[in-house]
Amino acid sequence: MAKANVICRCEEIEIDEIRKWIAAGYTEFDELKRILRVGMGPCQGRGCREIILRELARATGKPLAEVRSGVIRPPVKPIKVKLLAGEVD
Amino acid sequence: MTVKTADVIIVGGGVHGASTAYELAKAGVKTVLFEKEYLSSGGSGRSAAGLRQHFGTEVNLRMAKYNLSVFPTLEEELDTGMKLEFTQWGYMWVAYSDSCMEQLNKNVTLQKSLDIPSVMMTPDEIHEHWPYLNLDGILGAAFCGDDGHINPQTLTMAYGHAARRLGAEVKTYTPVAKLLAENGRIKGVVTESGEEWHAPKVLLTAGPWSTPLAATVGVELPVYPERHNILITEAVEVFNCPMVLCLDDGAYFKQCPNGTFMFGRDDQGEPHTVEAGNSAKFLEGVTKSVIKRIPALKGVRVVRQWSGPYDNTPDHNAIIDWTPVEGLLVNCGWSGHGLQFGPSGGRVCKELLMGETPFVDLHRFRLSRFAENDLFFEPAFI
Repeated sequence: MAKANVICRCEEIEIDEIRKWIAAGYTEFDELKRILRVGMGPCQGRGCREIILRELARATGKPLAEVRSGVIRPPVKPIKVKLLAGEVD
Repeated sequence: MTVKTADVIIVGGGVHGASTAYELAKAGVKTVLFEKEYLSSGGSGRSAAGLRQHFGTEVNLRMAKYNLSVFPTLEEELDTGMKLEFTQWGYMWVAYSDSCMEQLNKNVTLQKSLDIPSVMMTPDEIHEHWPYLNLDGILGAAFCGDDGHINPQTLTMAYGHAARRLGAEVKTYTPVAKLLAENGRIKGVVTESGEEWHAPKVLLTAGPWSTPLAATVGVELPVYPERHNILITEAVEVFNCPMVLCLDDGAYFKQCPNGTFMFGRDDQGEPHTVEAGNSAKFLEGVTKSVIKRIPALKGVRVVRQWSGPYDNTPDHNAIIDWTPVEGLLVNCGWSGHGLQFGPSGGRVCKELLMGETPFVDLHRFRLSRFAENDLFFEPAFI
């Protein structure tokens, strides 16, 4: 069956899965990232981070600005291995 | 202020803290665990998460064998809904020199005597099994097909989740400021927010953060942080590439179950810090080294890099021992191979904390070995 409401496209995670783990007590983006891989894919959360942070704000009653947003790691945008290794085409 | 109490306090929410909390909770011990951030946020979650039975000392091998007996059914046992991504695609130690070959041979002989299915392979045999590897100049390799990979973050979090379900209190984002001792006995901990907890037994298992915490009760640990880097690529078709560790420059790579590739390499001159930072030098060095050995990955994209601290000791082996402060147990100093010892570490710490005899002889892991200059030399550390 096709997934409905996919929030993290890299890892195909639906909103219901995110809400389930928030309800289980995981109210930090960094925790959801480790449980569900949201934000670990090639886009590193460009698509899902804001939506998940809003879900966390709603669930915890914290203002959005106080929800820890996790980190975006280098190289930020995917780069081919051979370019990093200094090889040119 | 109200002081809260427990039977056992655990300081550190890495895999050893979480697995010990699980074992204790299962045995009905009132346990509370303190973690400064989220579970797995220190060395555990930043680990390359290789699972191996390639060691060169009997006690490490006995514990490694126990770990590998636990992992296949652990996801089911913990029953949390988290996926542990356990695979057994093998682990290879590749030798480029005669002295390395000799040591690998010795290690494999010992492994075989303990019924671990390790083998030595010739370059031709390696080429036959993995034609995509380009290991020019190698003399051979040690390989164990039962070894593999697990997701280090869900492993740690699932242990914590199961511990909670069994009644343990797992307090994340609750850093411990100091340990408390009185008349040579451990008394408890104080958190940075000023909460005081008392327990007759405390387990300190906070990786490199253990050293400053132990010092708050006058215990000196020869454990210091050293930063190591890893990168991960985008996912490609899954072809079960084993963990390949190249003993010339320490570069390693493996495919993860979701198709991504992990590369790592021990760079000289990385800072001795617990601060996670990122080095561009690492990206260039590791990619150059790895694509020599697996040229098919040249066009694959690197998605992320991260770093994490090893908790090194002078002999690169862990300390699992009671300290001179009565009731204070430490389990730290794994020096880069600790993640995979989560199951056995949790088991022996539970056994020590409950006054039982540990299932392996822990004499080699004792704290006093440094003062006695009787170091625990392990020939297979990376």
